[in-house]
Amino acid sequence: MIRLEQVSKTFPGTTVPAVDHVTLEIPEGEICVLLGPSGCGKTTTMKMVNRLIEPSSGQIFIDGKNTAESDPVQLRRSIGYVIQQIGLFPNKTVEDNICLMPDVLGWERAKSRARAAELLDMVAMDPATFLKRYPKELSGGQQQRIGVLRAIAADPPVLLMDEPFGAIDPINREIIQDEFLKMQARIKKTIMFVSHDIDEAVKMADRIAIFNHGRLIQYDTPDKILAQPATNFVSDFVGGDRTLKRLQLLTVKDAMMPDPPRVCAEDTLAKAVALMEENGHRSIVMVGPRGKARGYVELAEARGIKGTVGENHEPLPTTVTPDENLRTAVSTMFRHDRTWLACVDSDGIFKGYVTLRGITHLLSEINRDG
Amino acid sequence: MDVLQYIFSNWSLIVSRTGQHIAIVGVALVLAILTGVPIGIAISQNKRLAAVVLYVASIILTIPSIALFGIMIPVLSPIGQGIGYVPAVIAVLLYSQLPIIRNTHAAITNLDPALREAARGMGLTRLQRLREVELPIAAPVIMIGIRMAVVMNIGVTAIAAYIGAGGLGDFIARGISQTDPRQLITGALAVSVLAVAADIGLLAVQRLLTSPGLRV
Amino acid sequence: MAEDIVAAAGLRNIWRNALYLMIFMLGAWAWGSGLLPSLFDHWDDIRYLGRQHIELVAISGGLAIVVGVLTGILLTRPRFYRYGEWAIQILNIGATIPTLAVLALSMSVLGIGDTPAIFALFIASLLPIVANTIAGIRAVPPHLLEAARGMGLSSNQILWQVELPNAAFVIYAGIRTALAINVGTAPLAFLIGGGGLGELIFAGISLNEFDTMLAGAIPTALLAVLVDFLMGQVQFWTVPRGVNPLR
Repeated sequence: MIRLEQVSKTFPGTTVPAVDHVTLEIPEGEICVLLGPSGCGKTTTMKMVNRLIEPSSGQIFIDGKNTAESDPVQLRRSIGYVIQQIGLFPNKTVEDNICLMPDVLGWERAKSRARAAELLDMVAMDPATFLKRYPKELSGGQQQRIGVLRAIAADPPVLLMDEPFGAIDPINREIIQDEFLKMQARIKKTIMFVSHDIDEAVKMADRIAIFNHGRLIQYDTPDKILAQPATNFVSDFVGGDRTLKRLQLLTVKDAMMPDPPRVCAEDTLAKAVALMEENGHRSIVMVGPRGKARGYVELAEARGIKGTVGENHEPLPTTVTPDENLRTAVSTMFRHDRTWLACVDSDGIFKGYVTLRGITHLLSEINRDG
Repeated sequence: MDVLQYIFSNWSLIVSRTGQHIAIVGVALVLAILTGVPIGIAISQNKRLAAVVLYVASIILTIPSIALFGIMIPVLSPIGQGIGYVPAVIAVLLYSQLPIIRNTHAAITNLDPALREAARGMGLTRLQRLREVELPIAAPVIMIGIRMAVVMNIGVTAIAAYIGAGGLGDFIARGISQTDPRQLITGALAVSVLAVAADIGLLAVQRLLTSPGLRV
Repeated sequence: MAEDIVAAAGLRNIWRNALYLMIFMLGAWAWGSGLLPSLFDHWDDIRYLGRQHIELVAISGGLAIVVGVLTGILLTRPRFYRYGEWAIQILNIGATIPTLAVLALSMSVLGIGDTPAIFALFIASLLPIVANTIAGIRAVPPHLLEAARGMGLSSNQILWQVELPNAAFVIYAGIRTALAINVGTAPLAFLIGGGGLGELIFAGISLNEFDTMLAGAIPTALLAVLVDFLMGQVQFWTVPRGVNPLR
């Protein structure tokens, strides 16, 4: 856990504080993204945590321990650090870069080398191929992965990341972000992450801290930040499309109407029409014997026609799974010109509907509650 | 004090030996530029050739000057020029090749490919490109090579006093053989001042040759 | 420097054979003209003076490397960092002073003998080593230092693990230049009583004896080329591959 209490920094020769009475707390195992335009104090705030910059006033605690009381070098050894320029040491191989801190901390050599191989495996880089390479023999994305691995090699509980993926092209950035989130799910570090990219923040953060002119403007979960920006600055910064961004944070499950009425192939159309009218639906899904979604019938088409559902159904153009995010779901709807989608799990079992109206409703509901 | 007195009473001698010194370095340098710059340009077209030429030039540069003077005596004796002005000029000419060729070559090969592409795209011929783009941009770097060569060769020329080429080295040579600190220090000071002055003067020329757009 | 090694590789093919042929023809000419046999008459002198010569170079060069690198490191420590800039300025001016002048000044202060000779050679080789050590360490990218500091390396660990390995190539280049100057100046040491192969060269010139002169000049030149070659090899093989532009 990282806790900042009334932390300020005024650089020598200036009167305006670069960081102005910032108080925030990052719970254990969470990623907090410090977000803001350049010069807003986010990087300074981060560098005060490992005392690359000494605070002018205020206190910082890591796991309840005041950082001012420990030796800076010892302190930094308990904190992983990743920077935008990566900073891999070009004179050392990948292996020696990763093992640097374990070596300094006096780990057994065999143990640290095994750790390096294990870490490489974790990011799907073949140890046999990469351990003996030098940084200049890696692509930018690979270098960045090694930079992250080096930071967590000695298993520090806390990680500081200063725009770690900023220098990578958009496609690889997405991949590395996903990879990192997967890794974080396993290693559960407490992470302070500096970014100026709202999309990255929304994707990575458990909490976002928005900075401007050295002040912490808003500290909240990504969804709250998008749904209820505290000030005009925040709403401008998160952008006019903030509602669309929120869709990324929500899953189909959140907007899904679960266990809706359904029909089987043997049911008559009359029954289907009755069910739809009873529930106020304009279409109904037909399922197979084990509950798999097979097709659908529309109210307008079925009304007044005789026969079974099996004879008159139309195939489902597409389906979504409950774990997909709503942005994907909405995009799918637009692509297929639908206002609703059937949700099925990975086995194809019908789980529910998601409708455009339901999504709008969900978004406005959170807006109101918040 | 002795030294100052010596300097004042031998002022004209100092001036004339400085003149000899400059004549050796100057003439050799003009020849070196006339050969080195074209060689540097020519080899920038061919990697292998460039490697060989630079290697040979660097070996020449490693040979101690007094050894080079010595080796030239038997070579040039048949034409009656074993010692004196000619071998001194030749040595300076040879030693100047590496810095001049290397810097010319480096400046031209390190030229931003986009610039070359742009010049070609505009339809400039090979010669026009050289004159309008490559040489003006390379000029400061070539100038650095020339400066290095001049400073180094002022020192080499001082040693040429031992093969009878004259120059400021004469003060040092006589100072040593007569164990006369006045001549010794006069020579050492004069040759050092000349080197430092040449360095500063050429730095000014180098700045002048740098297009305002390239100045940092 | 980079080009030299590349050149050496290129030389391996056609040029090496041409070189052998030239050396052979030169040797044949030297033998035929009676030059080489007379060189052998000087064999004892060459051995004795050559040893002296190498001692001069080794002592003054070794001292210059140790003192130069240490001074360079010191001038990049935070405490002295601000002096680094003008140290480089002074060293640049110092480097323009001709070595014969350095020898002359050394002699006028310390007199005649080994000591002033070694001192002059030491001073002449010191400058490029200090200058390159400062420049090399200063050129280490700041983000590497930030990464190292942020990871919790002590300043000593940063020096050994980050600064020196990354500056090594430039420092070696300085040492190589320094040794070239040193070996090139060493024959002049004879002038101020330091002995060495210069004795044969200068004696040969003043007595107008070609063979005596060549008995000094040829080994001196060979030694210079050899030292430079060896330094190139040391540089090539000891600078880590990741920061060695030649590998």
